[in-house]
Amino acid sequence: MATSQKAARLGEEVWKTRVDKVNAELVTLTYGTIVSQLCADYDNDYAQVNQQLDKMGYNIGMRLIEDFLAKSNTGRCGNFRDTAEMISKVGFKIFLNITPTVTNWTADNKQFSLLFDENPLADFVELPDDGRAQDELWFSNIFCGILRGALEMVQMSIEARFVSDVLRGNDVTEMRVTLIRYIEDEMPPDDE
Amino acid sequence: MIGVGKAKQYANVLDKPLGRGRQEVSLSAFAFLFSEVVQYNQTQVDNIAELERRLEDAGYAVGARVLELLCHREKGNRRETRLLGILSFIHSTVWKVLFGKVADSLEKGTEHEDEYMISEKELLVNRFISVPKDMGAFNCGAFVAGIVRGVLDNAGFPAVVTAHFVPIEGQQRPRTTILIKFAEEVIHREARLG
Repeated sequence: MATSQKAARLGEEVWKTRVDKVNAELVTLTYGTIVSQLCADYDNDYAQVNQQLDKMGYNIGMRLIEDFLAKSNTGRCGNFRDTAEMISKVGFKIFLNITPTVTNWTADNKQFSLLFDENPLADFVELPDDGRAQDELWFSNIFCGILRGALEMVQMSIEARFVSDVLRGNDVTEMRVTLIRYIEDEMPPDDE
Repeated sequence: MIGVGKAKQYANVLDKPLGRGRQEVSLSAFAFLFSEVVQYNQTQVDNIAELERRLEDAGYAVGARVLELLCHREKGNRRETRLLGILSFIHSTVWKVLFGKVADSLEKGTEHEDEYMISEKELLVNRFISVPKDMGAFNCGAFVAGIVRGVLDNAGFPAVVTAHFVPIEGQQRPRTTILIKFAEEVIHREARLG
């Protein structure tokens, strides 16, 4: 698909020429620390940890979109399919140097999955063996918040959630992204 | 590893080969993440000292893992047992891996035998941070101090590690000095080893 190739080239170019880089392990370890800090703070209530990670992601997403637009210098996506390509081939590429696979579209083009073959956040990670974390914790949940926050800033209301994770013993790490609606530009009430 | 297609899945994380650690991500990714760490921890505390302590604890956990990781990968499963050895391990190896460069300087304190300092003109964690006036001497370097303490403590060199801003003449931004004060037993042991 043409958009897909264009996006891939753009992502590659921005990553090579316009991105300051740090060692991935610094980020991996720092993220791991956040998750374990949250687990301690919330007494291993993993539902709350997921929620807090999502919230932190949302805060990041709202600020990250600006960095993304400035670096990629790209315009508005024509449709949700293009948006998905941009997220995977440009967004994930220029921030984390990975390109999750876009797949499993629904017929109405409002829902797709991102499959993560590699995930820098989850290197070295083993979920706690307490009989619950494997069923309840979404370790990389910050990604969901980031997507939601970033897309909201470009007038897309979406929902993102993980449906499987290799850390839980699943075969793939899969995130489901659903378009809820495009947010209309709200003009200030008539003040003429 | 990046770019080799579908990663093979391992049942146990310990079965997985240790990467060479050359993978990179964007600096923004770290900056965004770290600023969330600071902001989240700010919601959990009432005062600056506690905030610094929490950041230091977060760093400690990173340090403990960095020591283990680097001893396996860079040093053939050996760790330093001498004071200067471990300090230069931090100043060179650890700094290089985490921050992409060796630290600007490593000095011994002039007034106290048990004090050492690692200084950095522009510490990565402070690069995008400006501390509001009402937060006084708060220093995000506490996170890095925690990393240093984590490495030292787990290598058998307990120490108190703190981060300080030190103004440099003619420069707008101060440099960050990580002050390491070793526990008494470490100094005694070192003296005994001669």
